[in-house]
Formats: sequence, C-alpha cells, structure tokens
Amino acid sequence: MIQNAAPALRIVLYEGVGSQPLAAPERLELFRALLKKGYQVTRALKDGGVSAIQEGLLLVLGRFTETRPELAESHDGKVTVHVRELGERSPQDVVALVEEVVGELEAKAPGGWKPWFPVIDYDRCTNCMQCLSFCLFDVYGVENKKLKVLNQNNCKTDCPACSRVCPEVAILFPKYKQGPINGDKIDPEDLRREAMKVDISALLGGDIYAALRDRSDKAKSRFSKERDEDRALKERQFCLTKLQKQLDIPDEVLASLPTMEQIQAKAARALGSSEEPAS
Amino acid sequence: MSQVPRVLYCHCAYARVVPEDVKEAVLEGLTASELAFDTVADLCELAAKGDPALKQLAQAPCLKIAACYPRAVKWLFSAAEAPLATEGVEFINLRVLNAETALERLLAPELTTVIEAESTAILEETA
Ligand code: SF4
Ligand code: SF4
Repeated sequence: MIQNAAPALRIVLYEGVGSQPLAAPERLELFRALLKKGYQVTRALKDGGVSAIQEGLLLVLGRFTETRPELAESHDGKVTVHVRELGERSPQDVVALVEEVVGELEAKAPGGWKPWFPVIDYDRCTNCMQCLSFCLFDVYGVENKKLKVLNQNNCKTDCPACSRVCPEVAILFPKYKQGPINGDKIDPEDLRREAMKVDISALLGGDIYAALRDRSDKAKSRFSKERDEDRALKERQFCLTKLQKQLDIPDEVLASLPTMEQIQAKAARALGSSEEPAS
Repeated sequence: MSQVPRVLYCHCAYARVVPEDVKEAVLEGLTASELAFDTVADLCELAAKGDPALKQLAQAPCLKIAACYPRAVKWLFSAAEAPLATEGVEFINLRVLNAETALERLLAPELTTVIEAESTAILEETA
C-alpha cells in the first residue's frame, strides 16, 4: 500500500508564548490557502494539544515577539525545525514563502499521488483472493499469505470493479460516491446485492446471466428458451453492457477480462509465492 | 474522558465527496476557536503515502477526526500501518452531518458519547 514512507513537510502556525496570536479571519485565510496547496497545517498554542512530531521537517510560522533561530534540530536529529516570520504577508505571500522553503530544502512537496485506490476492510476480508484474481492491473498482491494492496497507482481512476466482485463488501474506495463502497455502513440488502454479483465464474464464464436472472423474471424466461448461439452471444453482450452500467465498470476494464483459467492460475501463483512472515 | 482531545480535520481535496459548504463552515469554526488542531489537505493522500504523521495521530489517547465515514477513516489509517485505537476516537462524518452539528461535536471539550456509540456500532456492524 505505502508508496513512500518519507514524511512530508508539516507546517505549524505557532500562536504560543513569544508570539502574537492571529485574528480569526487571517488564520482562516492562511489555513485555506495552505490546505488548497495540499499542505498539512497544525495550529500550535501554548498548551499544545496537537500531534507530537517525532520525525520530519517542520516549518514553523508565526508573528514572533522574540528573536528565534531560523533552524533547530531535535536532540535525536529526527526533527528539523525551520522558523519563518509571518510579518505582514498576505496568505498568497505566505504560500510563496512556504514554496520557497520547500524548494530550498528539497522537501517532499504535496501531490504526486493518485487519489483513487482500494482500501481493505480487514474486519470483513476473508482472503478469498477474488479481487486479486479479477483485477487486471496487478493492484493486489499477497504478503504473508494475506491479501494486500501492493500497487495502488495501477488502479484505474473511478473504477470500482474489484469492490463489486468482493463477496464480503470488504473493499472501500473512500472517494466513491455511493455506499457501502465509500465506507458507509453495510446493510443486509447491500450484502445480498453484492453477493449476487460476486461469482466470478458467473461474471466471466458461460453463465453471466445467473446474476441477472436473479433480478428479473422476464430475463429468466428469455434465457431458459434460448437455444441459438448467435442470439446467446448477443444476449451476453447486452447483459455485459447492462451489468457494466450497473456496476460502474469502465470500458477499458471490461474489454480485457481474463479467462477463468487465467484467473485461477493467477490466484494460485500469488498464494504460492507469498512469503512467510519474517521472524 | 479527562484528556483534551486532539483534533484532526480533513479538507478532502479531491472528488468533492464532502460538501463544500460543510467543509468550509467547519474550517471557519475551527480556526475561530481557541483550540489547537491538525489539518490535512487530504487524509487519503497521507494514507496513500504512508505518512508517519498518521502514526503519531493514531497514538493520541483521545482523538476527534472530522473526515468521512468511520469505516473508511479506520481502514485508511490501517493501510498506512497506523491503526487507530478501538477506544478514544470519535469520527465526525462531514459527508453526512450538517456543519452545525459537526462543529458542535468537534469543538466539544470531550468526546461526544453519542458519536462514540454510533461509531462503535458502525465498526461493530462491519466486524
Ligand atoms: S475479494 Fe474481498 S474478501 Fe476476497 S480477498 Fe479481496 S477483499 Fe478480501
Ligand atoms: S479521508 Fe475521507 S474526507 Fe478525507 S480525503 Fe479521504 S475521502 Fe475525503
């Protein structure tokens, strides 16, 4: 899952002892401007109450009433603190100042990531590997025999397909519009609906209709009468399109579905090559 | 709970899943308060990058998180190898609450019991 464990720069707006507090509207504008640029910003007061900082780069901004050194380091050398005076800068000028410091320090700037990736709810995941088998882009892998998101950047933006095949509704996309995929609570109806969609063999093999049959008596009678192969193919196409719409699956994903054999082989390989826990 | 809760606010930068007016009103209320707090442009980004800040936050004995669904927030922290404690965390869901209620809960000096109960229920339901 983790792309890069290097800590990002954290900005601290210091309003504690030895500094002048900011007026609320100015504080709001500063937070707005810095958050918009993707920074993490902490407001620090005399009594703290914010998260302890154990490592990384801190840029402390304030309207100081005492002279402060521009650079300090924690005794273990894990935290480097850079201090800058806010003066009468506008929020835009503060952003420019921050960017200047980021450039000078060659610090990791915000961004450079893909805001669409699956998150596993391990309270629900049964390690069945259907998602790993289904995903064409190797987003999933196995570590210590456990399903993991290994290549989140490979995930196709706005494609929730793997969460649709998960029988346990265990795959979240926090930025998805609807529940339960967005993390909303799961009700029995969700479980029933998801379970209906999950059988990969039905989705990919000869009986894609199974899931749809469950939904529609009309479809049931049509399928049962079906004999003609061409017509079957057409129906299959129609159902795939319908299913694709219902499940929000992009064309790109549906266009290159693997065969059942490929799927099974992939899951077996992933499990086989999973490493034992390091001692 | 006698601990002063640490407050984390997520500005949810992408996808507009958190209503803009709620996000803005909560940020305005927070910055006008007397509280110290942490803000992040996008909690999903921190989780994706495995930012150590999440570990530090997860270690807080008492934490309020204004972001989105509790289940999503819980597993985002977990994905960054920064699992949240099962107690002492209040999830304030900006996707569903109105700004007034969200802010009231965020600024309350202690964890709001009703939310704790709701959050626990949600997490238990999904267990
Ligand atoms: S399909 Fe769902 S339950 Fe199965 S391994 Fe993937 S996340 Fe876990
Ligand atoms: S944690 Fe929720 S509120 Fe925050 S960025 Fe992600 S989806 Fe948005």
